Amino acid sequence: MYNVEAIRAEFPILQQTVHGRPLVYLDNAATTQKPRSVIQAIVNHYENNNSNVHRGNHTLSQRATDAFEATRGKLQRHLNAAFEHEIIYTTGTTGAINLVAHGFRSLLGPGDEVLVSQLEHHSNLVPWQMLAQHSGATLRYIPILPDGSLDLDEAQRLINPKTKLLAFNHISNALGTVNPVKQLTDWAHAVGACVLVDGAQGMAHRRVDVQALGVDFYTASAHKMYAPTGIGLLYGKTEWLEKLPPYQGGGEMIATVTMGLSTYAPLPFKFEAGTPNIEAVVGWGAAMDWVSALGMDALLAHESELMAYGTEQLTAIEGLVLFGTTADKAAVLSFGFANVHPYDLGTLLDQQGVAVRSGQHCAQPIMDYYRITGTVRASFAAYSNHDDVDRLIAAINRAMRMLN
Amino acid sequence: MDRYEHIIAQGKELPAAQEAIKTDDNLIRGCQSKVWMTAEKREGLVYFTADSDAIITRGLVALLLRVCNGLPPEVLAQANFGFLADIGLTEHLSPTRANGLQSMMKQIRLYGLAFQAQN
Repeated sequence: MYNVEAIRAEFPILQQTVHGRPLVYLDNAATTQKPRSVIQAIVNHYENNNSNVHRGNHTLSQRATDAFEATRGKLQRHLNAAFEHEIIYTTGTTGAINLVAHGFRSLLGPGDEVLVSQLEHHSNLVPWQMLAQHSGATLRYIPILPDGSLDLDEAQRLINPKTKLLAFNHISNALGTVNPVKQLTDWAHAVGACVLVDGAQGMAHRRVDVQALGVDFYTASAHKMYAPTGIGLLYGKTEWLEKLPPYQGGGEMIATVTMGLSTYAPLPFKFEAGTPNIEAVVGWGAAMDWVSALGMDALLAHESELMAYGTEQLTAIEGLVLFGTTADKAAVLSFGFANVHPYDLGTLLDQQGVAVRSGQHCAQPIMDYYRITGTVRASFAAYSNHDDVDRLIAAINRAMRMLN
Repeated sequence: MDRYEHIIAQGKELPAAQEAIKTDDNLIRGCQSKVWMTAEKREGLVYFTADSDAIITRGLVALLLRVCNGLPPEVLAQANFGFLADIGLTEHLSPTRANGLQSMMKQIRLYGLAFQAQN
């Protein structure tokens, strides 16, 4: 039995009032809150084990390294990667995509095509624009349909032998659309293209089996899944990680260094230059334990039930327009009203203790597609409940009375 | 919420600016809501015309203009807008980019400086 009240009790931050009202936190697609066990793991790291990893042979360094590498193992099992060394720690999804985009500079040239989608947030767009500028490759876009899904007919037409790389998100942060990863990956592989899937939202809201999906790269940000900020991952198939040149040079990523030339460390360390964000990795390990204990299936069933309830309640509001109406959506409800600026609505919701995101969600091309200045986005997590939805609805109704 | 009732009322009362002022040159970029502003000097005093695409921002604009319109440039150049905190709107003084208000206050000071330099 999924006990959402017991889960809420594990999140200290949710026990507060904002503007005199109990906090309703519905900005989970931006970042999730952290359970006490994650906060404790970070405190414990600093109180008992703090040390640099992979170097000292003293006890503290050993403990810190064990905790640091244990998280990698948990992530490998969670994503079903073939090897632990296929999990590269990065600063987040943005860092992971930049690592790959930078590596491809030496692999692409004029005549090559990079295919992305119109559904991307800026992190999965700007690095490819930069890659195109540097390599001379052409950037092309899979368009979206009115329901917020990718135009798959057009995608199939756009994927051609010149396509060297296909990048798209697993789940849209702005609309919640869940994309057909396997299908797109198969099409891209049929023409020999490499596939990167941006899993910033995907890893937190769907089961991900990178081997079953067949993707070459998958990225994630820990903080969107109950873990600390400043850490994320790049999953890459071994052959691709071997092929890509190192991204940043420095300590930790070398085997030997002479004045003339250095040789690089084996995977995963080739891509992990410098002292990493150790405490965040330790906290991430605790977050993965927390999610495992909860059960990914139970969590997803809970979110799916909330999505159904939230969609039903929101769409009953007169004049409300829901953006993103595909059958398969995850944890995000993006909406607006004609002639109401999302900033106004977002501000008035905040004044009633309801935290949502308003604006373009760092995905301007999607807003341009719908010809709107932005949306208000409510997004769910493990601790969201019906009361959150009810408070949101009441707050929207009150705000709309003020704005009309 | 009462404060916001008042701000929204102010926003509704602010006369809509001519579409002609809503150019990129006059745009003060905020993260979410847009503010357009121009100014002119008549008989040594500065008068602003401004508008926003968000009603709460319009209300804040109206409050600012009510205080700033008709002041001499040298006063505007030194304006600190502390009154926003006095009326409980401290959050709008924080350097958030959400409503472009910080940029607008800076722009008012810059207009003050520019008109002062003309004297």
